[in-house]
Amino acid sequence: MAHLDAAYNLARWLAHDEHDAEDVVQEACLRAYRFFASFHGGNARAWLLAIVRNTYYTWLEKNHAQTLNVEFTDDTVAAVDYDMATTGDSVERLLQEEDTRRLVHRALERIPAEFREVIVLRELEDLSYRDIARIADIPLGTVMSRLSRARKLMLHALKKLDQES
Amino acid sequence: MDCKQTRNYLHGHLDRELDPVTAAGIEAHLRTCAACAQAYAVQTSLQTAIKKQAEYYTAPDALAARIRATANATSAPVRKKSAPRWQWFPLVAAVAATAVITWTTAIQLGTGSRDERIAEQVIAGHARSVLTNHLAEVASSDQHAVKPWLSSKFDFSPPVTDLTTAGFPLVGARLDYVDSRPVAALVYRHRQHVINLFVWPDANAGTVASMRPSSKQGYNLLHWGDAGMTFWAISDLSPADIKTFADTYASAK
Repeated sequence: MAHLDAAYNLARWLAHDEHDAEDVVQEACLRAYRFFASFHGGNARAWLLAIVRNTYYTWLEKNHAQTLNVEFTDDTVAAVDYDMATTGDSVERLLQEEDTRRLVHRALERIPAEFREVIVLRELEDLSYRDIARIADIPLGTVMSRLSRARKLMLHALKKLDQES
Repeated sequence: MDCKQTRNYLHGHLDRELDPVTAAGIEAHLRTCAACAQAYAVQTSLQTAIKKQAEYYTAPDALAARIRATANATSAPVRKKSAPRWQWFPLVAAVAATAVITWTTAIQLGTGSRDERIAEQVIAGHARSVLTNHLAEVASSDQHAVKPWLSSKFDFSPPVTDLTTAGFPLVGARLDYVDSRPVAALVYRHRQHVINLFVWPDANAGTVASMRPSSKQGYNLLHWGDAGMTFWAISDLSPADIKTFADTYASAK
């Protein structure tokens, strides 16, 4: 099954849990089968990932309504900005280090879902802004700024994790 | 490019999403500005770290089997006890569910028609121009300024008419790249919507009478030929509005 890994990878990063991810992917594949007529050409992987994402959020509302992320505000990002500006280049040193695997992983787990998903789509799936816009259901013009904030939050999370360890 | 513009488009540049002109401007700025170059280096390191080190979870083997089984179970009730012609249905359903995911690869690799490939490039050109707001290299609503500029860049000269009176003011023109060749992109506006009209010479271009509409990824396209040139109009306007634009443009020259 082509694209099944892509579907699972996105679901796994969104849901944080392997069993939940499997449930989401299974449901998404059935939906894909049912809504096959809605596929109008273009990038099939992106089409399937859009269904996976929708399925995940529907599933989340049903199962974990109380744990929904509070939407990140501009203030949060501004605070991160300020913090980054005052602490110099320690993150860059960190990124040069060989064994950052665990840190990168945990940083990505830690940032809010709306930012985590664009990082997964961009860096792990290597998708274009157009495909990301369709999957994440945001205007094309928003993709670049969403990624910009997501990366800012990643750098911030990396630095915090490094300090904690 | 100054620092502010460079920072604005830094991520688009990192992700190779910018048009060549904007990208070259940013490259030039990064060569001369240490602060922006440093910011770009941090982003490059982060991108490399995530690509290399964030885990790509692969689906467990059992999941594919589970999906096939569910497809079977879901379609089972359709089968009537004494209706032999439905016997094959679960099998077909299972195969189809697998195919939904599998066949798509074929589409990706498929030999899509030439028009489809061009449509993809037209969409990409339009999206790039809107994303970076790099709409026009010669920004003028004066057709007598735009036309000579185009003539100086190309060995063909598309009709350039300001259509303000019809609700489609001319914004300007730029050079773009479609179908492995430089093409003229005329830019018009309708209310808040941008229309890109890509034009290049093509001996087999067809006629105005055979306008071909298509719609892809939320954009509406209209393709026609006239006097040995091929025309591709694209916008997020409705198909009807695009048609009005094309008719107005084609009859105004």
